[in-house]
Amino acid sequence: MRNNFSIIYRREVQSFFSSPVAYITLVVFLLINAWFFTSTFFLINESDLRTLFSVIPIVYIFFVPAITMGLIAKEKNSGTMEFITTLPFTDGEIIVAKYLAALTLLGTALAFTLVHFFTLLVVGNNIDIGALISGYFGLLLVGGAYAAIGTFGSTVTDNQITAFIISFLIIFVLFILDKILIFMPGFLSSILQYLSIDYHLNNISRGVIDSRNLVYFGSLILFFLLVSVRILEMRRWR
Amino acid sequence: MIEVRNLVKHYGDVKAVQDISFSVKNGEILGFLGPNGAGKTTTLKVITGYLSPTSGNIFVDDYNVIEDSMEIRKMIGYLPEMNPLYHDMEVYGFLEFVARAREIDKNQFRSRLNDVIELCGLKGVVHKNINELSKGYCQRVGLAQAIIHDPKILILDEPTSGLDPNQIAEIRGLIKNLGKEKTVVISSHILQEIQATADRMIIINEGEIVANGTIDELMSDFKGKTRLTLELKNATADSVKKVQSFQDGILLSKYEEKDENVFAVLEYPNSVDPRQDIYKYAVKNKWVILEMSRHKTSLEDVFRNLTIEGGSNNAK
Repeated sequence: MRNNFSIIYRREVQSFFSSPVAYITLVVFLLINAWFFTSTFFLINESDLRTLFSVIPIVYIFFVPAITMGLIAKEKNSGTMEFITTLPFTDGEIIVAKYLAALTLLGTALAFTLVHFFTLLVVGNNIDIGALISGYFGLLLVGGAYAAIGTFGSTVTDNQITAFIISFLIIFVLFILDKILIFMPGFLSSILQYLSIDYHLNNISRGVIDSRNLVYFGSLILFFLLVSVRILEMRRWR
Repeated sequence: MIEVRNLVKHYGDVKAVQDISFSVKNGEILGFLGPNGAGKTTTLKVITGYLSPTSGNIFVDDYNVIEDSMEIRKMIGYLPEMNPLYHDMEVYGFLEFVARAREIDKNQFRSRLNDVIELCGLKGVVHKNINELSKGYCQRVGLAQAIIHDPKILILDEPTSGLDPNQIAEIRGLIKNLGKEKTVVISSHILQEIQATADRMIIINEGEIVANGTIDELMSDFKGKTRLTLELKNATADSVKKVQSFQDGILLSKYEEKDENVFAVLEYPNSVDPRQDIYKYAVKNKWVILEMSRHKTSLEDVFRNLTIEGGSNNAK
């Protein structure tokens, strides 16, 4: 049972890293982050990674859909979906293994940004290590939530571009929610605030890891993965 | 071994398969013949668990596709139509992936891989990328993938489509070989393919079975039918119609006048041969016989009869 996850997962990760597109996406991700971070780092002259932590979620909006768009859509498009779903794998195993593979690529990208973390260790003083760790933890959670949305986007279509756009739109709406609260009537604004990703991320970035935030990200991931599995199952009943 | 019971599959309003039932015996090669869009692929997709039936069920041994799809999938080796493969993988890596999915451990894999390479003629391409392979080799990889776990049941959907005649002959030989110890279901819209490989065939059209039997049986249903094409000059419709009364079973199936000539097609059982009588009759009536040609029914005609002309009254 658990073995099946690792079989699909390994193939997926191998296929990621055997394609030049993955490397290009990775490099672009790192360059953009590095540019935003280092161009103001010495100007602001503070020993933290706050700029990095606020830039990465924005870059994610493009980066995550780009790495997840092919997960299912590519298999549907090339017909290999029929191949993999007639092997003795459950639909849940396929979705979760693929999701984890995307998360691995995301984690790799994030690991490379540790360069900035080490730069800070060398040049900075009075560093709040705890805040940095919780900041990275927050980035992982946000990435995980986005990747689940991306998996969903890739499941609903057999076209990678469409998958990208769908995932991008959902992520963008969740991201922007926090910024449009002032236009909303009071009773709605607290609901929308709870739904917005930024609100929960800000808490974690500040170093406050509250169960409310964890529940939020956990349920977001669970919801989109479950819906993805259901959609994949629906092909049987078209 | 495989028993399809009242299988119905609709795609929205499209009725792809309408209440078909048949069974496949152990060790049998069953040919699934029908024109494009007849419902062959849909039926195979239900057996392999890719689609669920709208109603009806399919039993494989003690399992059924609705409740035990996973168990059935483990028993089956499947080569889907169009042979989808991961083109970014090496042949070796791909087969290793399938072997792992099929719960073959490392030691077993070595020997299975050698067998499969031997059987499918993959020597020399094992470490190539799949996207570098020709269509024929891709098909062999597809077949290798389907048999790597030595399945009891092999389901091949249009296994030779898009191949050149040499490759077709090779793949057919391979299938015939595999069929010695496995239950094989092979689908095709090409009659010769089924004729060359299968023990028994099912002809399906517009989602319904129109014939089911061994090739000899199906032939004999239509045996006894000879078709005689005549082109005559100076003949009249009435006089031509009289030919039918020469002997029992003669039927004028087509009559057409074009310019001054008459084209007529007669059908009669093999036990009868009215050609001499026709000649004498022609002389008496001063017809000029421009053409008289005899044509025995081939399996191809059986197929055409059953599918194109509906022919459901010939179904067993």
